[in-house]
Amino acid sequence: MPRLSADARHRVAFVLNGRAVEGQAEPRMLLTDFLRHVLGMTGTHVGCEHGVCGACTVEIDGVPARACLMLAVQADGAILRTVEGLAPEPGRLSLLQQAFRRHHALQCGFCTPGILMSLDNYLRDNPDPREDDVRIFLTGHLCRCTGYVPIVAAALDAAARLREMKETQT
Amino acid sequence: MKPARFDYVRAESLAEAHDVLAAEGGEVSVLAGGQSLLPLLSTRLARPRVVLDIMRIRGLDVISHESQAIRIGATVRQAKLAAWPDLAGGQPLLAAALPFIGHAQTRTRGTVCGSIAHADPSAEIPLVMLALEGAILLSSARGQRRVCAAEFFTGLMSTAREEDELIEAAIVPRRQPGHGYAFREFARRHGDFAIVACAAIADERGARLAIGGVADRPVAFDGLPLDEAALDEALDRIAGALDARDDLHASADYRRHLVRRLGRATIAEARQCRA
Repeated sequence: MPRLSADARHRVAFVLNGRAVEGQAEPRMLLTDFLRHVLGMTGTHVGCEHGVCGACTVEIDGVPARACLMLAVQADGAILRTVEGLAPEPGRLSLLQQAFRRHHALQCGFCTPGILMSLDNYLRDNPDPREDDVRIFLTGHLCRCTGYVPIVAAALDAAARLREMKETQT
Repeated sequence: MKPARFDYVRAESLAEAHDVLAAEGGEVSVLAGGQSLLPLLSTRLARPRVVLDIMRIRGLDVISHESQAIRIGATVRQAKLAAWPDLAGGQPLLAAALPFIGHAQTRTRGTVCGSIAHADPSAEIPLVMLALEGAILLSSARGQRRVCAAEFFTGLMSTAREEDELIEAAIVPRRQPGHGYAFREFARRHGDFAIVACAAIADERGARLAIGGVADRPVAFDGLPLDEAALDEALDRIAGALDARDDLHASADYRRHLVRRLGRATIAEARQCRA
């Protein structure tokens, strides 16, 4: 059974946005700090650091989760997506990101990466959500700028356009 | 803040986990989904010497039927239980309470048994365990034992688990014919810790009501009358006797008020569901 000593750094390897990555981490290092400081992926933001604010939400093995509530060493072998993985190519936003821009669903942008990762996952499983359900889902995120109204509008708009896109494809 | 230093041990079998707990019990924090433990580590309210990760132990990630009960293994995540097709038919109270636990983004990783181990006085799963008179299966190198929920929760974030023991499963009684179940809670925002939460079970003779968020652990009352005037009187007595406290979120008086209102509404809903 692996025992990783507190005083040493240990190899952590996982798949991030489709690419194999690795780095060294002490057992106590949070996944948020590993992403930002070891891998240099600063798109994932750190807010409250105890799971309440939602800014650090990423996709871990296909589900949205708080990166601050996971040790880097726990992520060894996992498949992760972060906000850097949303845009299909440099200079082009995803449909959800475009909706955020159209609706002014961000102001300071601190909470945005977490909300985008949550909604990206949510809209995949819930292509035609009710506004109430989007609002309940968004209770997992704090935004102090927008008052949430434009975020809800962007989510519903993105859902509608994603449905349209799927229909034209079939 | 950042967690203090600790060794990280990843158990690959139940026996390995038992060995670590037997050798270093008092110094160990068990890590499952991490949704309660990681905040404790980051704020340094917990400073274990060893963090024992049990998530990769095979066979603990299983929900199964026992005679008259549902067995939920130690590493079953809340989202997995919520998506289990037999849940609403098997135990509607559990199905009703699950959406109130934290947020969708924490239920994806938080485990059912982890919430029981953490024993927060406002937490939904301990309340449901007490309401249903469920049991907690503890295991150690010494063997296994079952502790009923009423004896397991001993106070504020305190349980009857010994230092060398691991929660191996939660045992939740299946729905009984002729019983109705309901769960309600009041929080300022959905997903916040409940200021008061109520779980009720009603049959044709009376109701059992469990209340969370008020005292230092969930508490339950049996034999509540269904007659409205008598029920109001009983709820007044219960609300007055509860060891309610003032805090940042609500005064003791407000909590007592909520116990009366929510208690009555939850029992009424449980009676309706029975039909």
